[in-house]
Amino acid sequence: MIVHLSGVTKRFGERVAVDDLTLNVPAGVCFGLLGPNGAGKTTTLRMIYGVTLPTSGEVRVFGMDAARHVRAVRRRLGVTLQQNVLIETISPRANLTVFGRYHLMDGADLARRVEQLLDFLELRSHADVPVNKLSGGYQRRLAVALSLMNRPELLILDEPTTGLDPAVRLALWSRVRELRRGGTTVLLTTHYMDEAQRLCDVVAIMSAGDVIAQGAPEALIERYLARETVELDATPEEEHALLRGLEESPPRYRAGNRTMLYTDEAGPLLERIRKRPEFDDRAMVARPTNLEDVFLALTGTRLEDDP
Amino acid sequence: MNLSWRHALSVWRRNATMYRRTWRWNILPNFFEPVLYLVSLGVGLGAYITTMGGTSYIEFLAPGLVCVAAMNGASFEVTYNVYVRMNIEKAYDAMLTTPIQPVDVVAGELLWAMTRSCMYGLCFALVVAAAGLAPLPQALWVLAVIPLTGLLFSAIGLAFTLRIGTMELYSFYFTLFLTPLFLFSSVFFPLEERLSASWLWVAECLPLLHPVRLARAAFSGQPSTTLVWDVAYILGLSGALVAYATRLMQRKLTQ
Ligand SMILES: Nc1ncnc2c1ncn2[C@@H]1O[C@H](COP(=O)(O)OP(=O)(O)OP(=O)(O)O)[C@@H](O)[C@H]1O
Ligand SMILES: [Mg+2]
Repeated sequence: MIVHLSGVTKRFGERVAVDDLTLNVPAGVCFGLLGPNGAGKTTTLRMIYGVTLPTSGEVRVFGMDAARHVRAVRRRLGVTLQQNVLIETISPRANLTVFGRYHLMDGADLARRVEQLLDFLELRSHADVPVNKLSGGYQRRLAVALSLMNRPELLILDEPTTGLDPAVRLALWSRVRELRRGGTTVLLTTHYMDEAQRLCDVVAIMSAGDVIAQGAPEALIERYLARETVELDATPEEEHALLRGLEESPPRYRAGNRTMLYTDEAGPLLERIRKRPEFDDRAMVARPTNLEDVFLALTGTRLEDDP
Repeated sequence: MNLSWRHALSVWRRNATMYRRTWRWNILPNFFEPVLYLVSLGVGLGAYITTMGGTSYIEFLAPGLVCVAAMNGASFEVTYNVYVRMNIEKAYDAMLTTPIQPVDVVAGELLWAMTRSCMYGLCFALVVAAAGLAPLPQALWVLAVIPLTGLLFSAIGLAFTLRIGTMELYSFYFTLFLTPLFLFSSVFFPLEERLSASWLWVAECLPLLHPVRLARAAFSGQPSTTLVWDVAYILGLSGALVAYATRLMQRKLTQ
């Protein structure tokens, strides 16, 4: 295991950010940490790279106690923080150079690595433009480049693609895949379920400081929900009317007036609903169930529960 | 937590890289300030002062102002600049994703503030020497006083910066702390001669007084045993504040 957390709890005063969490990240995978805002993802990552000490429990990275062997652990990993930390007035090239020195790189070795990363993240065309003149996509790529400076064995990405356009996201994904193929273990958080589904070998869904489900994206879908989803606009009363007479009403999820029905075969269900007089040509689609459905089913009721 | 000098140096280099880009605008105003005092008070006011213990007023003024230049150089760095790096640019959060530790950050920032302090102190000392106000070779001892002054005011300012929650409080630091020090630490008049014996201890509390006394002794070439106390004061207070600042930095960056 590259990362091993057992029974880890982190409290900030009264607030429990991480609650008796056990988590294992095997070598060579891309591991996704999912969860609603405030679930404890960033706090978990911070304990892994040793800037936050757990209140209790054990965090081991590369087999070492992350709290005790901080320097040794951090030499071997890279972190892209949730918020970019860049030096705004200088260029990407200069940022990379400054950051490389934090890893005690210098001279020709440093210069070579800077040039490699400018190419790897396609920053070369903007290598000498001050960072504050760059678009968000370039800034984010630079932030990722910084975390690769020391050729990390473990790459930690905290919401790497939030706020990026589709083309930049795709480009970043391909870099992550390339790194993973090269043997880097990747641990990332994201709020984009399509990203997790397409990029991660394993995902863990966190809620209120603990992992509530873990597995390969496809396996999770299979475990928690039926294969297909019928999605339609209906108030709770309308939904009730539409589904009346079914021997067994399917599991469902509601978000406002949108309702999702999970079923192994959408065809017959669609037909039944269409035949009801209450149907009235309303918008309805059938699609394969995805990770977002699982995520919502497992964590999504929280908003409505809140007073 | 054990210090890594090489990592501290990488923090220093970051600041040096950034400073190289702006030093022209930075160094000039800070540098001219003590020069203006020297000319206005030394030459202007000095013309009316004849009883300065055997020296001219401008000669009295010069060593103290060297310390003031060093104090200012350090103070701007560990106040506004460190505050911005820490709380606005979040530079330390980025450093702490690498093997750099909070103690290295403290050491790197102190080293850098001392570097700036020495630049200002030395520049001003050169002006003083060029004006023929620094009797050589004994005045060379001031080269040791400048870094001590830098260390002391870097440590004080850094501890202050780590304690405060908002930048507004720096106006207190500058107006109610550094300015009174500047005015009353024997730079412009011998404070000890103006205080009755029962109040002399107050003078001894003023941080700037000690570097000023050392610098004055260097210029006059008259060492005394008090100087041991001055050096001990500077090293002792700096050491205590650096330890305190390290604890605060550790807590702030790793909660
Ligand atoms: N330094 C801190 N002091 C107090 N509370 C904190 C601190 N850091 C995090 N928390 C709290 O811990 C909980 C978990 O926060 P965390 O940032 O780990 O969540 P997250 O899963 O990363 O959320 P997001 O998706 O919004 O980034 C939140 O309730 C947050 O308010
Ligand atoms: Mg977060």
